[in-house]
Order: sequence, then C-alpha cells, then structure tokens
Amino acid sequence: MSSALHPTPHDPDERGHWGPWGGRFMPEALIAALDELAAEYEKARLDPAFVGEFQRLLRDYAGRPSLLTEAPRFAEHAGGARVFLKREDLNHTGSHKINNVLGQALLTRRMGKKRVIAETGAGQHGVATATACALMGLECVVYMGEVDTRRQALNVARMRLLGAEVVPVTTGSRTLKDAINEALRDWVTNVDTTHYLLGTAAGAHPFPLIVRDFHRVIGVEARAQMLEQVGRLPDAVVACVGGGSNAIGIFHGFLDDPRVRLVGCEPGGEGVDSGRHGATLTAGSPGVLHGARSYLLQDEDGQTTEAHSISAGLDYPGVGPEHSWLKDQGRAEYRPVTDAEAMEAFRLLSRTEGIIPAIESSHALAGALKLGRELGGDAVLLVNLSGRGDKDVDTAATWFGLTGSETAAGSNERGEA
Amino acid sequence: MSRLDQLFEATRAEARAALVGYLPAGFPTVERSRRTLAAMLDAGCDLVEVGVPYSDPVMDGPTIQAAADEALRNGFRLRDLFSVVESVASAGGHAVVMTYWNPVHRYGVDAFARDLASAGGLGLITPDLIPEEAGNWLAASAEHGLDRIFLIAPSSTEERIASTAAASSGFLYAASTMGVTGARDAVSNAAPALVGRARAHTDLPIGVGLGVRSGAQAAEVAAFADAVIVGSAFVAKAAEGDAAVRGLAAELAEGVRDQVPTSG
Repeated sequence: MSSALHPTPHDPDERGHWGPWGGRFMPEALIAALDELAAEYEKARLDPAFVGEFQRLLRDYAGRPSLLTEAPRFAEHAGGARVFLKREDLNHTGSHKINNVLGQALLTRRMGKKRVIAETGAGQHGVATATACALMGLECVVYMGEVDTRRQALNVARMRLLGAEVVPVTTGSRTLKDAINEALRDWVTNVDTTHYLLGTAAGAHPFPLIVRDFHRVIGVEARAQMLEQVGRLPDAVVACVGGGSNAIGIFHGFLDDPRVRLVGCEPGGEGVDSGRHGATLTAGSPGVLHGARSYLLQDEDGQTTEAHSISAGLDYPGVGPEHSWLKDQGRAEYRPVTDAEAMEAFRLLSRTEGIIPAIESSHALAGALKLGRELGGDAVLLVNLSGRGDKDVDTAATWFGLTGSETAAGSNERGEA
Repeated sequence: MSRLDQLFEATRAEARAALVGYLPAGFPTVERSRRTLAAMLDAGCDLVEVGVPYSDPVMDGPTIQAAADEALRNGFRLRDLFSVVESVASAGGHAVVMTYWNPVHRYGVDAFARDLASAGGLGLITPDLIPEEAGNWLAASAEHGLDRIFLIAPSSTEERIASTAAASSGFLYAASTMGVTGARDAVSNAAPALVGRARAHTDLPIGVGLGVRSGAQAAEVAAFADAVIVGSAFVAKAAEGDAAVRGLAAELAEGVRDQVPTSG
C-alpha cells in the first residue's frame, strides 16, 4: 500500500493553474490562509514523518488497500467486457472520502488549528470529516443544504453521533453549492482558528492539488492490482464526476499510460436536453465559482444555474479545474449518465454481484455498461466504486416502488440474466 | 488624473473623508434602485458603489444576500447594470461598480470595461479578484480609463498590501474586519491598524468598509480613513423607502465631516 504525495509533472503551476484553469478567485482575506495551507502541504508531502503517518492511518484506520473485485455477472450486461471494481465502498465510512479527510485532518493538526469546517452534499464527506475530527480531537462543523439534510437524514444523524455540529443551509438552492458558500462565510470569519476541509478537488489553490493527492492512492493501488490480478492494464478507467475527487484520484494512476482511456461520468439528471442535469463538462462553459476557473453551469449573465441529479453527491454546478484541463487536452472524456441509467445500474449491480453501490458510483457503473457494449468482448474496464449505497436505500426504495407491503411490479424483470 | 483622483483631492482639500454608499442594482427593482441611488447621492454620498446581484455572494452577510436574491427574482439582468450606472452619471453623480468576478468573466472582461466606461462608470471594485488573477482586467481598465479598486484585509501580509496597492488606482479598499458584510455595533479595532499599515506602502486614498451604520461610527472611521464605505445599512434603509435612505445619508455625511480621533 502506498500513498502518492510526491510532486509530479501533472502538478499545477505555483499559483494553482493547469493552463487557463484553476487559480485563486478568492477574497484577499482568505489568501493568507491559502498560502499557509499551500506552504504547509509542500513541506508535508516531502516529510517522511507526515507521509508515514498518512499511510499508517490509511492502512490501520481506513482499511486500505481497498480490494479490486471482478464483477462477471454484472459484466454480462456490458457487451462481454470484463469489469473490475475498485472497492472504495469498503473503506471505513463507506466511500473514498476518508482518504482526503485523513490527510487534511493531519494537515490541520500540523498547522495548529483546532476547528474544522466542511460542506457536504450526500453526507459522505461530512461523515468522513466528522469521523476524522473525532479521531483527532478536532471541533467539527458541517454545512449541509437543507434539501440534502432531508434526502440524507441518516447521514445527518451519523455526523451528530460522531460529535459534529450539522448546520442546515437555507440560502440559494439549499444544496451543495450553497453549503460551500456558507462554509466560505464561516471560514473568512474564523480563519485564524479554523481549517476549511474541502471535500472535492475543486475550489481555490491549493485545494484541487491536495485533495487530488490524498486520493491518488486509489489509482496507485488499482494500477498495481490490475497488473497483479489481471496481468494487464484496463482499456478504460471509469469514474463518476461531481466535483471530481474520486475520478481525479483514480485517473492519476493511469495518466502516463496513454492507451488507457479515462472516462468521467457526469450526472445527466433528466437528460442534458431537459436542462435539468449537473453535466458541467458536457454542457457548461468556462466560469469562476468557489475560487477556481473551470467549466461551470451558468446563464448568459454568469449567474450559476442549479444542478439537478438524483444523487446529492453529484448535484454541483461546478467541477474541479484539473478535469477541465484533462478535457481540453483530450486526455479524459466526459459523458452524461441520466438518473434512470444510473438507477438501472444501481439495481443491476445489487442483484448480480450482491454489492449495493452509492448512486454517485452508479453513474460510473452505467457508463461502464455502455462503454463495454461499445468496445466489445475483449475489453477490460476498471470502475471506481467510490461509495456504498446504504445511504441511498430510501431514495432507491422510492425510485423502484419498494416501500410498503406491496411487491413492486416488474421488480424482478432485470438483473437475472 | 482620474475622476476618482479628483474626487479624493476635493475631499482632502475639505479635510474630510468621502462618503461612499453601496446598493445592488435592481434592488428591489431596476427603477427603484435608480431612485435610491439618486437619493443617496443627493443626501450626501460622494460616490456610490453599484453592486451586481450574483447567485453566489460568498463575501456577503444576510442583508446583502437577501437583496441580491430579491433583485434576481425581480428579473435583474446584467445589461440593467449599465443603465443604472448611466442614470447616476447623467445626473452628475459618481459611480463605481462592485462585482464578484464571474459576471464580468462571462460578459467578457474587455467588453464589460468598455460598456462600463461608456455608461459613465469610474471603475470596478472586485472582492474576489486578486491582482495575480487580474491580467485581463489590468489591461482592459487601462484601455478604457477605469480605476481598479482591489481589497486588502487584516490578514494581508506587508508584501501583499504593497503589491495590491501597486495594482490599484482610485482608492484602496480596506476590509476592516475578517468576515462577511453586515452592519455591526462597533467598528473593528483592526481597521485603524490595517489603514496604518497600508499608508506605509501607498499614497492612494484608503476606504474602509464592512460594518458602518451610524454617523458616530462614520466619524470614528473618518478619523483614519479617506473614505467611509456603507453597504448593508443603506440596503436595509432602502427597503424602508427614500426618506429613510436620505436620513441615513445625511447622518453619515455629517459623520465624515466630524472626525473623532480614536483613542489609543
């Protein structure tokens, strides 16, 4: 098991730019804190004691390395391709999010700060943050859109059990983007004592860099596991993209393997043509949100437009700047996956492999089904199963009509090949 | 010499601070924002900051957030900004625009500068744009004769205060507290210290904002700053009507002429 924090040729410039993307579009009041964080990270990533502590926590606390599992019954629906799942759902707290929060919590401690704030959409990052704060004795406040506190009530309770304060956000669209706004307002007021533990590889420099680096372990492990278990690299690596943290983490393991396609699956909601979606890279335009220049869903006046997705964790109108760079370079490709396609993949994986995926990750699974059919029988696909679906049982039960005593019509029609 | 330079030369000649009032364009409607801005100028503001309502105002507290939301709900469009600025300028008033960066980025930096200049605007205050990211704006502002007002904060290093001041023109905006906009009962004691630090690096006039709502506070700030910037308090009064706006502007205008030396 090895984390990967060392500098690479894929790092941004010292002000956080990948070409025209990224940077720091932030109030001056926060620049000192961003400078402090960047400087501390640059030291920490080269400090064997820090790297060792991070690796120890990943192994002994998060449970890494996560497994690589072949999904042959699921793959029967993918045009005969072989499908391998990188099992981030098996990490402690149930998703990839733990990698980043352990790293940033260590940085918080290193900077001598005692209070952590975070935003959360689906609640996975909030739960992971509350967990790391409990572990390290840090005060924790999580901002969560009011809409999301309702659709992810179980995660609200989990965070509170872990000792975090959960603040429902009632401004704007009351979802993830507004939770970030509120966390930024808290940060600018309390920056002397507080670290903002941002949960995705977006925002102002150095966040896209450090969040990516704390997740690079996913790709490093997966690449080695593919070589060891399968004897070859995959033809494509598929991951869901909201802000883009799990995708950038796994993509990085394969960036220097030009024959490996990198495919990001964006939330297509009710369909990109419907206008009700969160497919930023597919349908957005260059803009500035939450501190970075990247693709953005916005109207012609530059007002952010609301994203729509069945998945609270992907319901974000922006995206991490490195994804904009990879798209423009043609190194990664991004495709929309609708709510319906994601839910079908959710059911299919549950029934064929006995693994209930997060709805976020189900977007990647749906993307793999399509890609497998396009590539044909010899293809080998690696899917980042970024989280488990326990938190989504209510949403899925409603979607499939599984609540109450009656048996849902047609509930057995798929999934048994 | 820009028109902002002339404005501050005049207020310095009168040995007083300038009064700067903020209102979002389009709040609560485009027409009423024109009238409110006219009332602010008529009753004593030397300069108005015309705000651009934006969907994600991360630097603003509840008062200005709510005002921006209301303006957007009532149909504010970016083109309305220029008509509001034009109405101020055509009445002989001085206006700068305060905006988050994305609306400018989306409109096109050069096009925005061109249209702001032709509407009679004097410059731009950019709360989420630092000089390092402002390459296009530095060029466009020079091209179209606009002043660029960047912000400094109590957390700014000496080096950053110096470089930010060097990139600024017209005046330098000192955010007096660490926090979002909103009226406060007491003027932050970080403000005089920040202004003092900035004076070591620049001869530009320095405006202080974030929190002022009374004549007494204006007088306190006027003792160490060249401009007293009032935002949320005007926004709150605008909801009560023009008489309340005029009353506040008059009280503040008296305050900036009645400077109280701060103790300590």
